[in-house]
Amino acid sequence: MGQKVLLSSKEINIILHRLACQLLENHEDFKNTVLIGIQPRGIYVAQRLAKILSEEYKVKHIDLGFLDITFYRDDFRRGDKPLEATKTKINFLVEDKKVVLIDDVLYTGRSINAALTALQSFGRPSEVELLTLIDRRFSRHLPIQPNYRGRQVDAIDDEKVKVMWEENDGEDIIYLINR
Amino acid sequence: MGELSVNHLLGIKYLKESDIQLIFETADHFKEVINRSIKKVPSLRDITIANIFFENSTRTKLSFELAEKRLSADVLNFSASQSSVKKGETLIDTVNNILSMKVDMVVMRHPNPGAGIFLSKHVKASIVNAGDGAHEHPTQALLDSYSIREKLGDVAGKNVVIVGDILHSRVALSNIFALKLQGANVKVCGPKTLIPKHIESLGVQVEMNLRKALEWCDVANMLRIQNERLDISYFPTTREYTQQFGVNKNLLDSLGKEIVIMHPGPINRGVEITSDVADSKQSIILNQVENGVAIRMAVIYLLASKIKQ
Repeated sequence: MGQKVLLSSKEINIILHRLACQLLENHEDFKNTVLIGIQPRGIYVAQRLAKILSEEYKVKHIDLGFLDITFYRDDFRRGDKPLEATKTKINFLVEDKKVVLIDDVLYTGRSINAALTALQSFGRPSEVELLTLIDRRFSRHLPIQPNYRGRQVDAIDDEKVKVMWEENDGEDIIYLINR
Repeated sequence: MGELSVNHLLGIKYLKESDIQLIFETADHFKEVINRSIKKVPSLRDITIANIFFENSTRTKLSFELAEKRLSADVLNFSASQSSVKKGETLIDTVNNILSMKVDMVVMRHPNPGAGIFLSKHVKASIVNAGDGAHEHPTQALLDSYSIREKLGDVAGKNVVIVGDILHSRVALSNIFALKLQGANVKVCGPKTLIPKHIESLGVQVEMNLRKALEWCDVANMLRIQNERLDISYFPTTREYTQQFGVNKNLLDSLGKEIVIMHPGPINRGVEITSDVADSKQSIILNQVENGVAIRMAVIYLLASKIKQ
C-alpha cells in the first residue's frame, strides 16, 4: 500500500481561502445563504470555511448545518458493512434559501444524490450549489458536478483519497492512497 | 455502528448489552428525524412488512405502523378477527401465505407465549415480537429503558421498581431482562398473588410495601391491572388494590424526593395511578409513546439491514 501527499497543510489553507472568496463573490453577506456540511467528513470543510468567512472576511452571520445522509443512501443492504449514522444538526429551514452543500471528496456522486434527497426534508431551497475540496474526475456514476472545487484529481478506482484534519486527525493533509 | 447479533427480535432474553446500546444510538438519530417537519426517510423503500395481530392492540400497532411508514416500508395490516384463522388455518400456513406475497418482515402479536420463536424457526422472514402472551414485549422494554436513559442520563445503577400485576405481564418480564442487562437494580411490588414464585431467580427483589419501594427507587413503572387476564380473583376489590398499590399525589409528595413515573399504557386512571400523577411533571408517560416510534424505527431498520438482497 503506497501513499503520496496530494495537498499539504499550506496548500489546503490557500485553497480554502480561495473557495471562501468564491463563495463571497456569489453570496455577498450570506443573509439568504446557508452552508451545509455533509456528514461525516464534509463538516470539517464547512466549519473551516465558515470560520474563514466570519473571522477573516467579517461576514456577520452564517447559518451552518450538518446533514447526515445515511438513511437516504441508495446502498442500504447492498454493502458488506452496515451503514453508520451520524448526527444531523440543521437548526433552520432551508425554504427559499440558497444552499451550499459541502463535502470533502466528490467521487461517484451518489452521496450528493442522497444529500439532495435528504435536503428535501428541510424545505424547498431556492437554489442548491455544491462545493467540494477534492473532485475525482471521470469517476461519476451520476450527472453531478461541483460549482466550486478545490482541486481536481485523476485517480483510479483502486486508489483512495484520504483527507485529514488537524481537529480530528492531528494535521491538515490529503493523501492519495494506493490500495 | 455495528450490527445486531440477532436476525429476529423475539425477546430481550436473546439480546446482548451491545445490541441494546446499538438500538438506542440508532433511535437517537430517528428521534431527530421524527421531530423534523418532514418526518420520513427512504431507507426501507424496498422492504415489505406485515403486521400480524392475533390479539387486540391500539398503541403498539399504531406505533409499529407509523415507524414502518416513517422508514418508507410497504405495510400490510392483518387482524386475526377478520381472517381465515377463524376458519381453522394454522399459524405457519397463515404466515407462509402472507410471505408468498414477498413480505420481508413480520411484526406479530400473539396470545401464546413463544409464538414468535416458533414462527422464526419455520418461516423465512425477520420476526419482531410485538407481545406473546405473558412472555415478552421487547420493544416496550426497550422504549422504557430508552426513556429512563433520556430522563436520567443512564440506566446502569438506577433503582427501578415495577409495580402491579407482575404475574401476567410481558412488559414486566421484558423490562426485568432489559434493566438487569444494563446494570440497573430492580424490585417488583404488588399483591402477593400477582408476584410469580421464584421471581428472585431473575435477580430482582420483592417488596410488598409500596411506600418502601417508592422511597428506594429512582423510577417507578406502574403496570395496568389487566382485568381481561385475571381469570380468578387475585385481590378482593379494585378499591382495595388502589389503596395499597395505587400511587397518588400525596404519596408522591411525601417521599421527599422526585421519582420518575412511567406507565406502558393504557392507564386506568384512579386505579394504579391517579390523574394528577399521570399528568404531573414527574410522569414521562407521553415521552414513552414518542420514544416508542423511534425505538421501533431503530429495531426495524437494524433488522432490515440484515436481510440479504
